[in-house]
Amino acid sequence: MLLLDMLILLPLAFAPLAWVSSRLNHRWPRFFALAGVICQGAALAVVASSVTSAGSVVRGAIFAGGSTIWMTVMDGLSLPFLVLAVAIGSLAVVASWNVTKAPGSHHALLLILQGALAAVFLADSLVLFYIAWESVLIPMFFLIGGWGSSNSRRAAMKFLLFTFAGGAVLLVGVIVAIIQTGSLLISEISAAGGVTTPVMVFWLLAAGFLVKLPVVPLHTWLPDAHTEAPTAGSIVLAGVLLKMGGYGLIRVAVPFAPEGFEGARVALAILGVVGIIWGAATALVQSDLKRLVAYSSVAHMGFVALAIAVGTAASVSAAVVTMVSHGIVAGLLFFLVGALYERAHTREISSFGGLGVVAPRWSVVFVIASLASAGLPGLSGFPGEYVTLIEGFRAFSWWIVPAGVGVVLAAAYNLRAIAGTVQGTRGSSSGILDLSTRETSVSAACVVAIVVLGVAPHIVSSTVVPVIISLFPGMNGGL
Amino acid sequence: MTEVFVSRPLLLVVVPLVLAVVIAVLGRRIRVLPPLLALASAVLTIATGGMALARIHSIGPALHEVGGWMTSALAYPVVMHPWFLASEQSLRLAGALDTLSAIMLLVVGLVAASVVVFSMGYMRDDSGWVRYFALLAAFVGSMNMLVLASSLTTLFIGWELVGACSFLLIGFWYEKPVAVSAAIKAFLTTRVGDVAMLLGIAILVVTTGTDTYEGVVSSIKGMDPGLVNAAAVCLAIGALGKSAQFPLHGWLPDAMEGPTPVSALIHAATMVAAGVYLVARLWPIFDAAPAARAVLLGAGLVSALGAALIATAQRDIKKVLAYSTISQLGFMFVALGVGAWAAAFFHLVTHAAFKALLFLASGSVIHGSGTQDLYSMGGLRRQMPATFAVWVVGVLALAGIGPLAGFFSKDAVLEAVWHTSPLAGMALFAATLLTAVYAARTTRLAFFGELTEHSHAHESPATMLAPLFVLAVPAVVLGFASGIFAESLAAHAEPLSIPISVAATLLALLGAALGWRAAATGTGAVFARIPRVSETLIAAFHWDAFVATALVRPVTSTCRILWAWADRFVIDGAVEGSGRVTRGIAAAVARLQSGDAQAYAAGIVAVVALMMAALILMGR
Amino acid sequence: MSVLILSATLFALGLYGVLTRRDFVGVLASIEVLIGAPLLLLVGLGAAFGGGAGIEAVGLLVIVLAAAEAAVGLALVVAVAGRTRTTRVEELTEVRG
Repeated sequence: MLLLDMLILLPLAFAPLAWVSSRLNHRWPRFFALAGVICQGAALAVVASSVTSAGSVVRGAIFAGGSTIWMTVMDGLSLPFLVLAVAIGSLAVVASWNVTKAPGSHHALLLILQGALAAVFLADSLVLFYIAWESVLIPMFFLIGGWGSSNSRRAAMKFLLFTFAGGAVLLVGVIVAIIQTGSLLISEISAAGGVTTPVMVFWLLAAGFLVKLPVVPLHTWLPDAHTEAPTAGSIVLAGVLLKMGGYGLIRVAVPFAPEGFEGARVALAILGVVGIIWGAATALVQSDLKRLVAYSSVAHMGFVALAIAVGTAASVSAAVVTMVSHGIVAGLLFFLVGALYERAHTREISSFGGLGVVAPRWSVVFVIASLASAGLPGLSGFPGEYVTLIEGFRAFSWWIVPAGVGVVLAAAYNLRAIAGTVQGTRGSSSGILDLSTRETSVSAACVVAIVVLGVAPHIVSSTVVPVIISLFPGMNGGL
Repeated sequence: MTEVFVSRPLLLVVVPLVLAVVIAVLGRRIRVLPPLLALASAVLTIATGGMALARIHSIGPALHEVGGWMTSALAYPVVMHPWFLASEQSLRLAGALDTLSAIMLLVVGLVAASVVVFSMGYMRDDSGWVRYFALLAAFVGSMNMLVLASSLTTLFIGWELVGACSFLLIGFWYEKPVAVSAAIKAFLTTRVGDVAMLLGIAILVVTTGTDTYEGVVSSIKGMDPGLVNAAAVCLAIGALGKSAQFPLHGWLPDAMEGPTPVSALIHAATMVAAGVYLVARLWPIFDAAPAARAVLLGAGLVSALGAALIATAQRDIKKVLAYSTISQLGFMFVALGVGAWAAAFFHLVTHAAFKALLFLASGSVIHGSGTQDLYSMGGLRRQMPATFAVWVVGVLALAGIGPLAGFFSKDAVLEAVWHTSPLAGMALFAATLLTAVYAARTTRLAFFGELTEHSHAHESPATMLAPLFVLAVPAVVLGFASGIFAESLAAHAEPLSIPISVAATLLALLGAALGWRAAATGTGAVFARIPRVSETLIAAFHWDAFVATALVRPVTSTCRILWAWADRFVIDGAVEGSGRVTRGIAAAVARLQSGDAQAYAAGIVAVVALMMAALILMGR
Repeated sequence: MSVLILSATLFALGLYGVLTRRDFVGVLASIEVLIGAPLLLLVGLGAAFGGGAGIEAVGLLVIVLAAAEAAVGLALVVAVAGRTRTTRVEELTEVRG
């Protein structure tokens, strides 16, 4: 289906338009950016309708059969991530609606990022996968370095070096896998049962993915990059980029080296639990609102690592649900913090208070997003954590208890964020304007998504589960 | 029309939640809409509960058997919706109505309706009018979910949602820092219990392979007893957290920072009783778990006695009622601990009636006198005769004076406990005495004695008085329903035993006399003669200070160290350090590049020579 | 055998010159000697093992190569000397790190 390739190419085609149009009028690039993302979303909507029936697969049409370099495929596992990428992309465009510094380049970079992200989630060829994986970094590097706050160049460099180092190890793993199996296609290698030296290949691939996820202690690029990045950068970074790590683990690392995964489960689970507690504990003591959200991402991605380590169909689909949920929730939180920063020019929690009176719409959305981040049932953060803990008990019995401590701490830091901003006495924040209609409507869309995913998580899990069962050979039963 | 709600009970969750959204969106335009819609959700709850009881009655005395455990018949078969996976074996949302849940619905609906009407007067001038009623409607929906749940997942979702509503309502006046910290304390303390409960659910789901009540209960007999005990203890800890039992009780007194009608609804009648409801609901699990029953018994005893002691020394009328709630819930937990779940549930129902009545009456007092401080009140019976009348009804029921509702339910509890464990029975008798002490003391301080000079107290409006009288009816007559109660729950009911009733009544009268006298002393504290004791009681055994030193401060400083030292200094230091090391190595290596071509050539020759030597030595 | 010794000696001499001579022309001359060593070995061993047109052709190719190298090298020396006014090797350290 040609439309599948268009998911990658459409945003890329709009990028030069956005860039050139800024010469004519500085308002045009944002419309081109929005148009690019909307076109991508429209194409996705058409393609998705043929994937929703469980187990079916759509293949790209360009060079089909002729080349093994450009080979795209979409199944039930890619679909949630693509939907997330499009949704977060539009959120990022709206968040950067009022960018004054070189809007043409900013929106062009966002569109390139959209194309590259789509390619990561669609690639069936290892070559395309790796190229897309690395090319995500470049627009993100320039977004952080060019449009971030005071210390952003340093943060951008740290982000680039960290993820490039991970990418280099990943590249070695990819090459070894290609040499050992003689195939370039992810689906072929997975179907053939993977590589011949599974332990080495698993850790090589996982190293690259775990840096991106990230797990403690490979996480220190994340708070810096998130804090210094412009709002759009933080949104895409937290919303989609981190999910590449989890997607890679599920799609590539585990099916390529099932025996390696089997041996690595305990280590992976420990990394996950450490991440849950570490991220939550450090988020609890942050004074910078953006940094708080950034560290909460570490905690949530710890849940993803734990869920994958558990390795049952239910837990791995819980990992996907957690990733989708965190994408929306963290994206929305960064959007809200960015909106606040745009108005108050500070992100210190102590300088806010009483926003419930001053900015009621902002407050309602912030409370909902924070409670979702705290894993309140009925909202999207809950199902993933709940199933992970249940399935985690199945796999690791009482060793799962520390993750529960992380759940309590998650409530603590989110409530602290609410108490410091929405609640409390009105400080210097009296003059802050509430969300505009444009901002309110995208926030409302996110809130609807959060509620829907919280009430009916099976819309994600049921599309994902058949793929996971086929990818994880000899999977334990689970729910 | 309500038949739909009986057959598809989860609609009773959806409708109030949708109404809450409608209130939030449209409430600002039409002022009567918020209370009207909140009232509608409460009335719908009552109607459904009543219809369900009628239907169960029409089915006849047929009992429903699950895994050898007899319970009342279901109004309709359990309705299930897929929640996590779409496959057969997965987590589901499920709801059903039997006698237990129908009675609980009636309790929730009745108290909620009274509270909504009462609040129309109480919150008249509050700027958060819309938000208040939206949250009340949301609470009714969440509480209904907890009550109707027929799967552990559904239960847990409702369980935490009521906690969230409670958080938002305690912190309703969010510009007051005290209210905000009280709200956070409530949410976090109950979250500790909730995580334990989640673990219990995990054990049950993993070992039985399902999360529906029926599936779990029918597999209990085949389970490893150690696991059953572990799961039940975990669930019990969750119940302790929600019901503010020792050691997770610290949040309830602080929760009084919320509006008084909210305290009546959430923190006296319904949500805090959810722990008792949970244990009654899942009784077969606790029946098979002696360790969990011991936990319930121990926590209940400490709470019943300790909180009653504290209540005798408080000067804030709402704090007295809060500690009284902890104490009364302690009675129920002791009953659960000895296996008398039906008695505990009966006491839950009567307690909901008279405690909601007392809270709303105290709200009327606060509204009328403008203070919560008992020492600033006095003589209010003249200005507020109607409030005084219902307060007396509530207080007599609380103290267990016959023939009011509290007398019957407390006697049922005392009797069951006495027959199983006389020691625990004695402790409960002591708590009964103390209950009468604080009841009499509070009544005398607030309503008798001389008027304070600056008192401008006035009787409350009709909207606030009407619900008081409505609630007074069950507080008076509900006790006579004990027989029907036990029968419809398919539980074993003991007839009233005369010696125990007489002993309890005499103790209550003695306590009342003591409390009455104590209120006359200068400071109004019962143990005023022994300052150290009264100080300890006023400070609630220094529990909050203890938690702060033993738990909260160590945790926060550990977090701070983890961040500042481990995260920033060690790990990030290593990262930044690796950059510095790389740069140092590069500088050292750069020095080799002298620019002297002949030095390079010499290097090349030397290396080639070494390689050749190596080849020769290795014999190739 | 004598061819081997002669060739090795030539190689050592050339190498010594390349590494120690401080003027470009001297280095170039030493390189010529260095190239001569394997050439001698090629031709000598070729004759010892029966020879052939192939060997001679390769030998001629090496000679041409050496001549071309000398020509290019001298041209470079002239160009460098024209720009930097020196033909000393140790003074050309522009790429020092």
